[in-house]
Amino acid sequence: MTDPSNSLVSRGIPAADDVRDVLPSPERLAAGPVAIIECFQQIPCDPCSAACQRGAILPFTDICDLPQVDHALCNGCSLCVVRCPGLAIFVVDVSREGDRGEVKLPYEYLPLPTKGETVTCLDRTGAALCEGVVTGVLKPRSFDRTALITVDVPKQHALEVRGIKVESRAQKEGQPA
Amino acid sequence: MMHTSDIAIVGGGPAGLSAAIVAAEQGHRTLVIDRQTVLGGQLIKQTHRFFGSKAQHAGTRGFEIGKALAAQVSGNANTDVWLDSTVIGYYREDGILLVERPQGLATVKADRIILATGASEKALAFPNNDLPGVYGAGAVQTLMNVHGVLPGQRAVMIGAGNIGLIVGYQLIQAGVQVVAVIEAAPRVGGYWVHAAKLARAGVPIHTSSTVVEALGEESVRGVRVVKVDSAWRAIPGSEFELDCDLVCLAVGLSPLVELAVLAGCEIAYVPELGGYVPWHDQEMQTTVPGIFVAGDAGGVEEASSAMVGGELAGLAAANSLRPFAGHGERMSSAREALAALRAGPTADKVRGGFAKLAAARQGRCST
Repeated sequence: MTDPSNSLVSRGIPAADDVRDVLPSPERLAAGPVAIIECFQQIPCDPCSAACQRGAILPFTDICDLPQVDHALCNGCSLCVVRCPGLAIFVVDVSREGDRGEVKLPYEYLPLPTKGETVTCLDRTGAALCEGVVTGVLKPRSFDRTALITVDVPKQHALEVRGIKVESRAQKEGQPA
Repeated sequence: MMHTSDIAIVGGGPAGLSAAIVAAEQGHRTLVIDRQTVLGGQLIKQTHRFFGSKAQHAGTRGFEIGKALAAQVSGNANTDVWLDSTVIGYYREDGILLVERPQGLATVKADRIILATGASEKALAFPNNDLPGVYGAGAVQTLMNVHGVLPGQRAVMIGAGNIGLIVGYQLIQAGVQVVAVIEAAPRVGGYWVHAAKLARAGVPIHTSSTVVEALGEESVRGVRVVKVDSAWRAIPGSEFELDCDLVCLAVGLSPLVELAVLAGCEIAYVPELGGYVPWHDQEMQTTVPGIFVAGDAGGVEEASSAMVGGELAGLAAANSLRPFAGHGERMSSAREALAALRAGPTADKVRGGFAKLAAARQGRCST
């Protein structure tokens, strides 16, 4: 592991160097959807490991361990995404033919986007990166109020999109029908 | 009329409730006294998922944990709960608690007392900090998450510890624009994952910065901020202003130790634990036999450790009344859980604080 970046410790923004340490291999990324855990600090927290039904998030020996992912076991199911109290897990799929990729992210704001809606995709600094189309909105009771949003994005941005901006209700209602 | 009880617990937050559960489980008549009208303490306004491990309900939202603990306490026939009731005095000579209740004053005589009174928010001195619109983070959370009232439209959060970061996130969830987080230290004090949530929502975190003054006549219309150097001195010419109608202070907590002082418990000053802290041993017992302390009242940490600390105090108080089988094992597993929560680098300060607290007592004993 490299030392945490100044950007991360002083502004909360993981830098490329931080992220590189937790990325799956290019081969694994090309093989299908996979979880990326952007957790860089040893804090007392372990629900992600228990959330994984496939044993891909290795059991913690100490509650302050950083999560270790066996990306070969991960199938991108996304159960961990809505279990992480830090909302720090994303599932990325850059394996499809063509120039589109997919990001699954946790979302706890209102209003929820709707399927088919075009949203602004944000990077780790909150800056607008590109437009994306919401292809999934899951919020069953078992997710306990954290929605799992799937957004279709240009493939080249799939490793950078970490948030979405949804138009507010007022903005939506203000639009001509 | 005097109420008698085996174990009286002052405070129905995570520590007090956890203590009550284990104490009542051992068959002791337990009384929980809380000044709010619902049990749960600060848990009732925590809408985020908790950290910790499964044993401390990690992954569950704070208010749900509060509900579950309260239901366990209320459902126990050995436990009485007095709500809307404030302990306002302790008579050392007779070991009697004086309680202000809606129906009048009451006195309580208990064989053991567990002080789980929590902590109060620290303030920050700056010109105009008395303007309407300057709030403590706890008040903002109460308004939003308990009463459903928006405290403002544009917020500046002072403090990038976990409370500042979490309440900042909750403000965004409530529809408030968070203009910035201001932090005097050069680094984010809270968990980076909390900071990252704010960052990707577009909220700038200004470290090495502090508030100079709040601006406004009738109410807050902004804050003036200045950068500080490594010696915490304001850097001339680095001032800037932020427009806001809400300034939220999240600059730390101090243990509520008034009752411990009244009871004659030895108090140590440990800044790492939030200020004045009642000295206590591994069993959470203070220097006054029979009086225990748990949760933030015994040193400011967070809710997960408060729950474990409450369990320890409850087990120890119960065992001191009537030794029970399995006490030792349960104490050691709770101690292990507490040590694990305090093990990581983010708990360096708290660990150092408790080491200091232990040393303060040894120092006194050896002289």
